[in-house]
Amino acid sequence: MPESLDAIFRREAGRCTATLIRVLGDIDLAEDAVAEAFALAAERWPIHGVPPNPGGWITTTARNRAIDRLRRESTRTDRHVAAHRLYVEDADGVAGDHAPELADLDAFVDVVPDDQLRLMFLCCHPALAPDAQVALTLRLLGGLDTGEIARAFLVPEATLAQRIVRAKRKLRDNHASYRVPRPAELPARLHAVLATVYLIYTEGHTATTGDDLSRVDLSREAVRLGRVLTELMPDEPEAVGLLALMLLTEARQPARTAGDGTMVRLADQDRSRWDRSLIAEGHDLVRDCLRRNQPGPFQIQAAIAAVHADAATAAATDWAQIVALYDQLYALRPNAVVALNRAIAIAELQGPVDGLAALESLDPAPLDDYQPYHAAHADLLARAGRPEAAGAAYQRAIDLSANPTERDFLRRQRAALADLR
Amino acid sequence: MPQYLISVWHDEPYDDLDWASPDMQRRGAQVSEFNALLEAESAWVFGIGLRPASSATVVRAVGGDVSMTDGPYAETKEQMGGFWIIEAADLDAALDWAAKAAAACEGPVEVRPTEDA
Repeated sequence: MPESLDAIFRREAGRCTATLIRVLGDIDLAEDAVAEAFALAAERWPIHGVPPNPGGWITTTARNRAIDRLRRESTRTDRHVAAHRLYVEDADGVAGDHAPELADLDAFVDVVPDDQLRLMFLCCHPALAPDAQVALTLRLLGGLDTGEIARAFLVPEATLAQRIVRAKRKLRDNHASYRVPRPAELPARLHAVLATVYLIYTEGHTATTGDDLSRVDLSREAVRLGRVLTELMPDEPEAVGLLALMLLTEARQPARTAGDGTMVRLADQDRSRWDRSLIAEGHDLVRDCLRRNQPGPFQIQAAIAAVHADAATAAATDWAQIVALYDQLYALRPNAVVALNRAIAIAELQGPVDGLAALESLDPAPLDDYQPYHAAHADLLARAGRPEAAGAAYQRAIDLSANPTERDFLRRQRAALADLR
Repeated sequence: MPQYLISVWHDEPYDDLDWASPDMQRRGAQVSEFNALLEAESAWVFGIGLRPASSATVVRAVGGDVSMTDGPYAETKEQMGGFWIIEAADLDAALDWAAKAAAACEGPVEVRPTEDA
């Protein structure tokens, strides 16, 4: 069966836009040109058939349309276009204001795999706020429209549209370059890209389910971006680690909700419903990372997910290994959330009293608005035989939860406390 | 080449700076070194420190009427203490300079592109 236009669009839009931005030196021109080319495809392909290389067809058509338009408008806007171009590095990797002449544009259009990488680093530039990085990444690399992104993040469409317009304007006003960062800049810049992709993943993962079928699957989009990243940067262990983490987390997705839509905790999940092929792929990637021996936060989190995936039953989990991995993670990223997860793992390894002691030794200030902190506190208090205190902690967690499925789960946990009294 | 404003910000109002203090001596030396680097790399356009915000006067000219008020325009604690105009190839190059400026001044700096000349 031929692929639907929609599926082709999803797959090719990011790559085409990335190349057109390099060719045209302007994000808006590139987006318009790609949209125009897809509109033409929607007219022609149903009649003439899908060309053998649909992405190439879109890129070439978009390029031709954009050049036609630039030629038509060139007398008026040449200076403007030149002044506002994004800087595109030449073959020697030198950024500069050598905007190609219109006649030279043909030479620029070869599809360069690095284009998508350039676009990722541009969308996730640290000079942009994280929510703008996410929106721009989904818009330009994911080919999602502003309405889809707005619904996915439950923000008004006008707010999201404004966020994207501002981000694009900031990059243009600041003469941002369209390039892959140099080795010295790479660790910090790559981290921003990985953090953005993971933010998209977690938003999709914790999203409310069922109440809005028109929401796009952000988790799937994040996994797709993660695959693109590892194809383009196969030697970056943290990129591989992020993909492994997402795949191993995604593998548990079928078991996270029961038949009636309620949430199921990791310990109570029916492990036969876990996706074995995703686990196998995630495991391979984790092993691949460990061999390189350049540990980083995403790789360690992936290793933790791999330990969970290894256990046939919750009781068989190697908690000693998980505590050791959290220790390693905390050494790299000493933050309150890592410390909280370590305390939860200690409760599994040594019992709820020790886990509670580890949790209560943390500074509560940075965790006070963090729902999982209160949920974990409540659970440990209940297991340590303190139902009254547990009830109060559950109440706090319920008040902080923005997700109906999760809230429902917490209410049931609180109701079960009555049996302990 | 694009130009950028790098401004230096103080979180609290300052009065006369004690240039003889070891802190100011150290920062002064660091800034001189930074200025020399800007010059050496042909990035320097202009740069200077400013007297305290309390020395500022706001002037308005509306319909031929000129009025003056004492003090800085923005009534915030945070005030600009000095600035550079630099030339840089692109945003990342400008941000590199800004990082060096922030280290030299031991305080936050803000980077803003200028309108194209």
